[in-house]
Amino acid sequence: MLRDIWATFIGFLHGFGAMCLFFLRLLQYTPSVLYKRFSLVAYQVYNAGALSIVIIMVCGLFVGGVLGLQAYSNLERFNAEDTTGIFAGFALIKEIGPVITALLFAGRAGTALASEIGLMKATDQLSAMEMMAVDPLRYVAVPRFLGGVISMPLLVAVFTAIGLLGSHLVAVELLGVDVGAYWQQLQNALDMEDVMEGIYKSIVFGVIASLLAVWEGYNSVPTAEGVGRATTRTVVITAIAVLVFDFMITAWVL
Amino acid sequence: MKQTRTIELGTGLFALLGIGALFFLTTQTTGNNDFDAAETFQVEARFDNVGSLKKRAPVSMSGVTIGRVTNIRFDPVALEAVVTFVIDSRYDEIPDDSDASILTAGLLGSQYIGLQPGGSPVYLEEGSEIYFTQSAVILENLVGKFLLRGGSDDDGDDGDE
Repeated sequence: MLRDIWATFIGFLHGFGAMCLFFLRLLQYTPSVLYKRFSLVAYQVYNAGALSIVIIMVCGLFVGGVLGLQAYSNLERFNAEDTTGIFAGFALIKEIGPVITALLFAGRAGTALASEIGLMKATDQLSAMEMMAVDPLRYVAVPRFLGGVISMPLLVAVFTAIGLLGSHLVAVELLGVDVGAYWQQLQNALDMEDVMEGIYKSIVFGVIASLLAVWEGYNSVPTAEGVGRATTRTVVITAIAVLVFDFMITAWVL
Repeated sequence: MKQTRTIELGTGLFALLGIGALFFLTTQTTGNNDFDAAETFQVEARFDNVGSLKKRAPVSMSGVTIGRVTNIRFDPVALEAVVTFVIDSRYDEIPDDSDASILTAGLLGSQYIGLQPGGSPVYLEEGSEIYFTQSAVILENLVGKFLLRGGSDDDGDDGDE
């Protein structure tokens, strides 16, 4: 029993260390890829970012709307409906925007990255590249990683902005909060630091989600089952890592 | 060819949307209470008690924000709080016998400095000090006084009058 736990722990440590080394190698190649192979990165921005935009916008609208509803129905008890904007704005900008976007990103783009790279590996495309003295890390892993890192802050910004619009629609148009009060209260309560907190989070989550997706794909067992497992692990581990880091960043910033 | 164009178009649209949203978040959702005047002058005021006044709190006159608190320190000799604040240089005709009081925005709002104009022909300028000040109203002291009303004056009353 104890021995099993110990073995699991060592296995975890082994995998974690390998992932850290992988991350460092990605960072090492980042400048040269950005400089020489930017078209590859741009294509991955399209793949990870532009193709995720629809799901992000639809989810943002409804998350913002439900925040507006909840905030209104609870604040109404204290005759404080005017502060609906503060509630929705703070929740969206500081927490919900970055976190839900990261989870959606893991589901939409992370799985695509992991399964794509995993399938490349299963069909020996990566080995073929190595045979031709082409480093697959540089041509496959790094552009996908960078595409995700660049896309995430933009996706978070879109999600948050659409979310604010959604809560505005619900609170102002549907429930009749005064439009001036809504935005006035929101603008008075929010500082630049609050917006920056959301942006920092989006950058960290972008690195985490892209790294985990690329790593899981790159490190998958080259079989059909292995690719499937890599895809699942990407979503699960990204969700855990994002929520843990969210807590740590919030504790650190506050 | 068509394929590349779609990708370019999609990426461009995405980047534009993202940057637009970032711009919206940083400019439209944050403080219209931000006071950023190009030129300011600095004024000091001494208070017995500043309550929970914070740095960057607004300084307002007739309800309009004309300045911002830049520093709050304690004078160990006079045993008073010294609040330093800056006022937009456009407002250079404020009488120097104006009265500064620490007020609260709403029942639970944050505290700010309110200026009431005096009648002196001399105006506030860089380095002036406001002599007429009124401390923050500490809610706990008021409640304490209210509860202890009827008792003799010196038991339990450690207020700052």
